[in-house]
Amino acid sequence: MGQAHFSHALKVDPHICFGCSRCMVSCPTEAIRIKKGKAVIYEDRCVDCGECYRSCPVHAIYIKQDDFEKIHMFSHKIALVPHVFFGQFPSQFTQNDIKNAILGAGFTDVVEVEQSVPFLIEQINKYVKKHAEDKPIISSFCPAIVRLIQVKFPSLTSNILLLKPPLDITAYNTRKRLVDQGIDNSDIGLFYITPCAAKIAAIKSPVGEEESQIDGVINMDTLFNRTFTYLSNNKNKMEINREYSKLNFRSRRWPLTEGESKYIKGNNFAIDGIHNVIDFLEKIEDDEVPGVDYLELRACIESCVGGVLLTTNKFLIAERIKNNNDEPEVIKVQNFIHDKEYLESHIAVNKVEPRNIMSLDDNIEKAMQKLTTISDLMKILPQTDCSACGAPNCNALANDIANNESTIEQCIFIQKNMEAENKLKPEESYEILSDIWGKNKFSKYKNLKK
Amino acid sequence: MRFEYDIEAGNFSKAGDASSAFKKVLKQLNVDPQVIKRIVIALYEGEVNIVAHSYGGKIVCDIEPKKVSIVLKDTGPGIPNIEQAMQEGFSTATPAVREMGFGAGMGLCNMNRNANAMNITSSAEDGTRVELIINL
Ligand code: SF4
Ligand code: SF4
Repeated sequence: MGQAHFSHALKVDPHICFGCSRCMVSCPTEAIRIKKGKAVIYEDRCVDCGECYRSCPVHAIYIKQDDFEKIHMFSHKIALVPHVFFGQFPSQFTQNDIKNAILGAGFTDVVEVEQSVPFLIEQINKYVKKHAEDKPIISSFCPAIVRLIQVKFPSLTSNILLLKPPLDITAYNTRKRLVDQGIDNSDIGLFYITPCAAKIAAIKSPVGEEESQIDGVINMDTLFNRTFTYLSNNKNKMEINREYSKLNFRSRRWPLTEGESKYIKGNNFAIDGIHNVIDFLEKIEDDEVPGVDYLELRACIESCVGGVLLTTNKFLIAERIKNNNDEPEVIKVQNFIHDKEYLESHIAVNKVEPRNIMSLDDNIEKAMQKLTTISDLMKILPQTDCSACGAPNCNALANDIANNESTIEQCIFIQKNMEAENKLKPEESYEILSDIWGKNKFSKYKNLKK
Repeated sequence: MRFEYDIEAGNFSKAGDASSAFKKVLKQLNVDPQVIKRIVIALYEGEVNIVAHSYGGKIVCDIEPKKVSIVLKDTGPGIPNIEQAMQEGFSTATPAVREMGFGAGMGLCNMNRNANAMNITSSAEDGTRVELIINL
C-alpha cells in the first residue's frame, strides 16, 4: 500500500488540512489515512472519484490543473468543452454567446467533446454484438468507474468496453482535421475543460492506452469564471461573433444519466453515484442480474453534471440540457467526423488489467496468515469504527496492522487498557496519538481544569 | 481456513450476504478473478436455494492453498428427484419466489457447471447436503 505509480489530480494541501477525517470516512476505497494531523491519500487505492473533495469542509483537497497560460505555447489553442459546461449559464446566454466568450477568454477555437457521440454509438453497437460472450459490457466512459473496477472488482475488468470515450475520439478527429489542413502538429494545443479529477487522471496516466492526445487540462470552474466575466463585460455587444453549429440531441444527452444506456441497443442499465455503482457491481459479480447487455455506470450522482468542478446545482444543469431544444441542429452529424477510417483504426484501447487492492499477499499461504491475523484482531477491536486510530474503521486498522503499516496501540481502547495494566506509559500513549493527529490537536488542552 | 455462514429460510433480503462475505475473503487471498467468479456464482445459487426451498441451513467454506471446498447443508424438506433437479431449467420454486427473480431453475445445474466436483445427497429426514470442490 502507499506506493506511488499512478498519477492523480487530487492533492491535499497540508497547510489547509486540519485533520478532521471527514474525507477519510467518505472514501469508497478506504484510500485515506490521517498521519501527523493531515490526510494522506494512498495512490494505489485512490480511484479519483472526488468524494473526498466534496466532503472537505475547508477545501484542503484541490484538483491540480495546468497553468492557463500554457495555452499560449500553441498558435492553435483549442478548447475541448464537454456539453455540461453550457448548462451552468443562465438561459439568457445562448450557446453561441458562450462559445464566443470562450474565444474571448483566450482560445482560438471551441470544439464540443460530444461531437463524436453518434460515431461512438455506432461503434459500441457493433462491439456489443460482437462480444456477446463478455456480457454485460461495461461502459468505459467514466474513468473513476474503470479504476474502481480494476481495484475492487478485478473479475469484471474483462467486461469493460475497449473503445475510447468521446473525448479521445474528438481529440483524434480535431488534430487530424487540422493537420490535414496543413497546420503543423506542434502548433496544435488541445486543452480539455474537465468536470472532474477522474478525467485528469485518465489523461495523465491512461488505462489501456499509450499516450493521450490532450496537451493540457483546465478545470471547468476556472474556465467558467473567465467566460462568465467576459460575458458580463460584453453584455451589450459581443466583440467576437462566430457562428457555431449545435450538437444533436443524443450527443447533448450523453454526459447525463441514461445518456448512453438509452441509445445503445439491448437490455441496459444506467446507474449513477459511486456507492450505488458498488452495490450494483456486487450483484453483477455474483451473476445475480442475468440478461444485461450494457451497463452505463457513472461515479457522480446525475453523472457529469454532478462533477466536482461544476459551479451550478446539478439538477438545474441537467434540466437545462434536457429542455434546451430552442436552437435546432444546424449541421448534420456526419460533418463533424473528418476521417472516419482514421478514427476506426484508432478507436480501440488495450485490455484493462485488474489491480486488486484487497489482496493481502500474492502468496496464498501468506495471505491466509494475514487473514487469520485480521480476524483475530477483529475479535479484540471495539467495532466502534471511531477512526481515532487514523484509519477509517476497525477493519481497516486490522488490515493495516496485518500489512505492518500500523500497530495495535493506535486503537485508543487498547491504549487505555494497556495504560491501566501498566504496559504503556501515559507519555507513550500521548506520543502515539499525536503521531496520528498531530501535536497541534493537543496543544489547546494544556491548561484544561478537571 | 474455515468460514461458516448461517442461512435463514425465506429471508430474501439477506440472500447473497454469505456469498458477498466469502467473495471478499477470496479477493483478500488474491485468488484468480475468473476463479472467484465461478466460486461466487455457484455459492450464490446454493445460498438462494437454501433461502427459497429449505427450512434453513448452513454454509461451510474451507480454503486450502490449492482448493476451496464448500458444504451447503439444509434441514429439509429434501429434493425428491435429484437427477431431474439437475436438469437445466428445472425449478421447484413457487410462482411468488420466481416473481422476485429467484429460482429460475438454474440452481443445481449452474452450480455443477462452475465447480470442479459436486456431490449431492438428499432425503426428506436429513435435508439436502451439497458439496462443491473448486480448484485454485
Ligand atoms: S478521490 Fe475518491 S478514491 Fe481517491 S482518495 Fe478521494 S474519495 Fe478516495
Ligand atoms: S461521472 Fe462524469 S464527472 Fe463524474 S467522475 Fe465520472 S466522468 Fe467525471
